[in-house]
Amino acid sequence: MERIGVLALQGAFVEHIALLRRLGVEAFPVRLRQELRKLDGLIIPGGESTTIGWLMQEFRLLEPVRKLAGQGFPIMGTCAGMILLARRVLGLNLEPLGAMDMDVRRNAFGRQVDSFETDLEIPVIGAPPFHAVFIRAPFIERVGDGVEILARLPDGTGIAARQGKMVALAFHPELTNDLRLHSYFLGIVRGDVER
Amino acid sequence: MQKGTWTVKAGLARMLKGGVIMDVVTPEQAKIAEEAGACAVMALERVPADIRAAGGVARMADPSIIVAIIEAVSIPMMAKCRIGHFVEAQVLESLGVDFVDESEVLTPADESHHIWKHDFNVPFVCGCRDLGEALRRIAEGAAMIRTKGEAGTGNIVEAVRHMRAVMAGIRRIQGMTTDELVAEAKALGAPLEPVMEVHKTGRLPVVNFAAGGVATPADAALMMQLGAEGVFVGSGIFKASDPEKVARAIVKATTHYHNPEIIAEVSKGLGAAMAGLDIKAIPPEELLAPRGW
Repeated sequence: MERIGVLALQGAFVEHIALLRRLGVEAFPVRLRQELRKLDGLIIPGGESTTIGWLMQEFRLLEPVRKLAGQGFPIMGTCAGMILLARRVLGLNLEPLGAMDMDVRRNAFGRQVDSFETDLEIPVIGAPPFHAVFIRAPFIERVGDGVEILARLPDGTGIAARQGKMVALAFHPELTNDLRLHSYFLGIVRGDVER
Repeated sequence: MQKGTWTVKAGLARMLKGGVIMDVVTPEQAKIAEEAGACAVMALERVPADIRAAGGVARMADPSIIVAIIEAVSIPMMAKCRIGHFVEAQVLESLGVDFVDESEVLTPADESHHIWKHDFNVPFVCGCRDLGEALRRIAEGAAMIRTKGEAGTGNIVEAVRHMRAVMAGIRRIQGMTTDELVAEAKALGAPLEPVMEVHKTGRLPVVNFAAGGVATPADAALMMQLGAEGVFVGSGIFKASDPEKVARAIVKATTHYHNPEIIAEVSKGLGAAMAGLDIKAIPPEELLAPRGW
């Protein structure tokens, strides 16, 4: 059975763990660097990116996660997780992981009153549309050659991307009952989903 | 594309989980809080300890302070309005705050009614002392709950009392049969629907933080172990002798609340915590927690 760690420093990690368990995999929280061992995949959840990033730095998790990413390890980031995976972040007071060759803007849609939910066409999971929840969400400003945009808003704004075995989502599949994006990530972990 | 929905309001509260929300009165304090790992700041004109000392009517902060703090930080920003003062809440929403705290720390504007919070696009957090109060606030539209504790005292005893009351109330409902729930709703003074939801899920329908008296890393971890999903720290940080250090330590202890070695490590050499007050030494009419209905 696959073992998926969910970074549990701050944010909505319990929701990810619950969804993963519904998909029949072993899922547990990761708070210390030694808990990164013997994993098949890692999820960086939604939360406050400044808080999660600072705690990763203080508990020496940035380097080992960067190293895993460099080795082609499967990692999925949602919202704050997307921000932390980026190479460059507009509006973040610390250095992100730089795991994916993309630039991301924080709080890109505005303040909380501008948070929204909407239906998204995401070709890699097929029909029907995915009901996506965006909370003080980021968006993708630029991607490098190796990064594929998985979904866009109707105006063309990139809000989901994949590079190798890494997936970044600007919204929160962990706040819905739709398991398809977690299944998609598990497919990458198992090697079923090829580029 | 829908904005201001229940999902995005309750969803922001879920993103704050496992974090520390810090009271700040200046943009400089807000920056210190952000750099120390706060997941949000609460903008105020005075921290609760100073409100308590000043007496008189405590109101919503001056909008210029709120705007200055919004501009200073990138993390979510909360501000307080008086209980029942829906115009203060409208003003806060128009200023762009991310969360409104309808708070007993300010002088109530209505001694019978709270704000009907469903009318707003901005989410609200409200205080409670027990499960009935929590469920009444949720019925009115609160997207997040915090136990009240006794703000501005640096004394954790009331926060513990309120968190234990809420958690015991949840366990009690969970163990009931369905036909007992109507009488229980009546006894709690809460609508039946959220009572049924608690019965089914074994938890509050929204996120629940602890507030009112957290002054040390161990206090924060205590509240987390009792069932809080995060903590508010008011006077405890900027009334300490070394606010930056205390702030960082409380953030770390909130993450690692089950890990006594880390709590011990971060608790070393923090300097003087805020002096604190014995609840029994406060005249009953000056207690803040009984405000709210």
